[in-house]
Amino acid sequence: MDFSAFLDGFSVVTQPGNLLYCLIGVVVGMLIGVLPGLGPAATMAILLPIVYNAHDPVAAIIMLAGIYYGAQYGGTITSVLLRIPGEASSVVTVFDGFALAKQGKAGTALGIAAIGSFVGATISIIGLTLLGPIVAGYALDFGPPEYAALALLGVLLVATIGNGNTVKALAAAAVGLLLATVGSDTFTSADRFTFGSLNLEGGIDFVVVAMGLFGVGEILYNLEERHGKPHVPAAIANIWPSRKDLKEAGPAIGRGSVIGFVLGVLPGGGAVMASLAAYAAEKKVAKKPERFGRGAIEGVAAPESANNAAATSSFIPLLTIGIPANASMAMLYAALLVVGVTPGPQLIDERPDLFWGVINSMYIGNLILLLLSIPLVGVFVRILRVRPAILAPITALITILGVYTINNSIFDVFVMIVFGIIGYLMKKTGFEPGPMVLAFVLGSLIEKSFRQSMLIFDGDATGFVTRPISGTILAFVFLVIVFPLIRKGLRRNTPATETTTPETVQREDSLR
Amino acid sequence: MSETTPRPDAQEQDILAELQAEVAQDLADERPPAGGPAYQLVSSVVVLVLGLAAAWLAHGYGLGSLKRPGPGLWPFVVSVLIVVLGVVLLVRGRTLDDAEKFTRASLLVLVGAASFVALGVLLPLVGFEIPAVLLGIVWLRFLGGESWRSTIVISVLTTAAFYLLFLYALSIPLPHLIAI
Repeated sequence: MDFSAFLDGFSVVTQPGNLLYCLIGVVVGMLIGVLPGLGPAATMAILLPIVYNAHDPVAAIIMLAGIYYGAQYGGTITSVLLRIPGEASSVVTVFDGFALAKQGKAGTALGIAAIGSFVGATISIIGLTLLGPIVAGYALDFGPPEYAALALLGVLLVATIGNGNTVKALAAAAVGLLLATVGSDTFTSADRFTFGSLNLEGGIDFVVVAMGLFGVGEILYNLEERHGKPHVPAAIANIWPSRKDLKEAGPAIGRGSVIGFVLGVLPGGGAVMASLAAYAAEKKVAKKPERFGRGAIEGVAAPESANNAAATSSFIPLLTIGIPANASMAMLYAALLVVGVTPGPQLIDERPDLFWGVINSMYIGNLILLLLSIPLVGVFVRILRVRPAILAPITALITILGVYTINNSIFDVFVMIVFGIIGYLMKKTGFEPGPMVLAFVLGSLIEKSFRQSMLIFDGDATGFVTRPISGTILAFVFLVIVFPLIRKGLRRNTPATETTTPETVQREDSLR
Repeated sequence: MSETTPRPDAQEQDILAELQAEVAQDLADERPPAGGPAYQLVSSVVVLVLGLAAAWLAHGYGLGSLKRPGPGLWPFVVSVLIVVLGVVLLVRGRTLDDAEKFTRASLLVLVGAASFVALGVLLPLVGFEIPAVLLGIVWLRFLGGESWRSTIVISVLTTAAFYLLFLYALSIPLPHLIAI
């Protein structure tokens, strides 16, 4: 690892402008984490126009990253105080968190969760700092076939592991790939799917699509699903956990961090899956598993450490290989492309300021978040009283005015509205917009690498399989497709008790 | 990966499944009623038609050969995939219950979307201030059920804040009426 580049990263972060953006990012993240409704991916999508307008693109990227990991902190507060997960990744925290709140220990739960979040995230950033350059070093050898295979694997995993019905998620992803082909073909400059429109010739801007599908789609969807009246949260006292609490929660925080780190790196993994797995692991190693759900402090500590660790480690595939692991990372990928940086293994050498600036901003961002969620937690608890109806028009205006500022184009505004309506209808009919956006963002990369590979292989598609790395990746792709089918086949032999596995839990996973 | 990482053995799966069931139950209580088979049918037909149309168009762009891929080859491959998935959904998806019924509350969405369109139409004509205040009024008063007083105060203040933010703090040239 290039140590001086790492240290230079800190000098990037500590520039006042960047510090300010980092602060704005984590505060916004914390806010949307506290408020039910918009998730981090939607918020990042809505704020993408800032990347065009910020004085320094690095600052904008730091801000967007802050929104993502900040949201993991905020989601805890609603889980514990109101029994409503502010974020999907805080869903399991509800059980023991709310039980603790009923016993008057809401403060302890929040305190432990904040400390767990901080420890989990910090362990994960250290992992990212150490592993990032190594992974990038390996990935430098990747050629077009590897990229085609890897991007395909990423899309597939997000679609299959994500949520809801797999076939629907795959269909959404395939439509995303198709949308990416709209416009003039880069190889032959033939127009595809433009229907004679000059506006479509340059392709559909992925920022506009993401703002529509995620931003407008979610705003419209929330209009229908009012999240009820404002809630009056329980009073909190003793936010600083006692030594006994810390001792009880310590091992759980450690285990949660490791589980989160590992699951976060995997494409399609992420905060939601990590928090579930960490909770399950705690329940399994506990001496008295029946305590869980009745106010076990480990039941708050483990999932909260895990979701923060996972949120952080999911930056690894993006920053080192250039493949976003989930929908939020796809937004960051889009932001990097807007800035003119192609995320990939060359990033660390070509833009060390950006690579280390973003990573090191997380050390500082998490410190700020720890401050926000322990001494200043009262402020955020008060925000719970803000009615969702008041925020809706404000987010709507930010979205419309924001998308207009990208190209000063009214056409973009309408494209965004169309995709917003599509996104809303998709949500209503059980199609996740997440895989579609991810596939759309990666679509041109996949097509380009596929066609370059075909040229390299001289039209012989078996080349994908015979190259060692792309072959291995494709073997994974094969497993991802075949494994669920085998499991389904096995399940059919057993009685029908298991057929109704609820998948709503992870419904919003791909949005995170 | 140490021993703390969950292994996919039987017991682990059970706890996880149990948990997911509990949470799903909680979330399901807040969800609107599920849409019936008609929703599934329509959505899979839409997927199918989209795939067929795209495949037909892509075919027209020229497939070329694997050695020299034409502009239509990749979109054609993807379209065929969409068609296949659409057929699978049509055949197997009828019993799914993941669609939500359109209810009276869905009209709110229609109004919301219409106000987006109206703002898009008015923005280049009269600047953003008046449409923004109007959108605020529609969303707060009619979609959100706020009182008139807070509706007016919030819409005007929000618009003023955006005016200062976009035109002064970020100096982005939004179409505007009022020149200060």
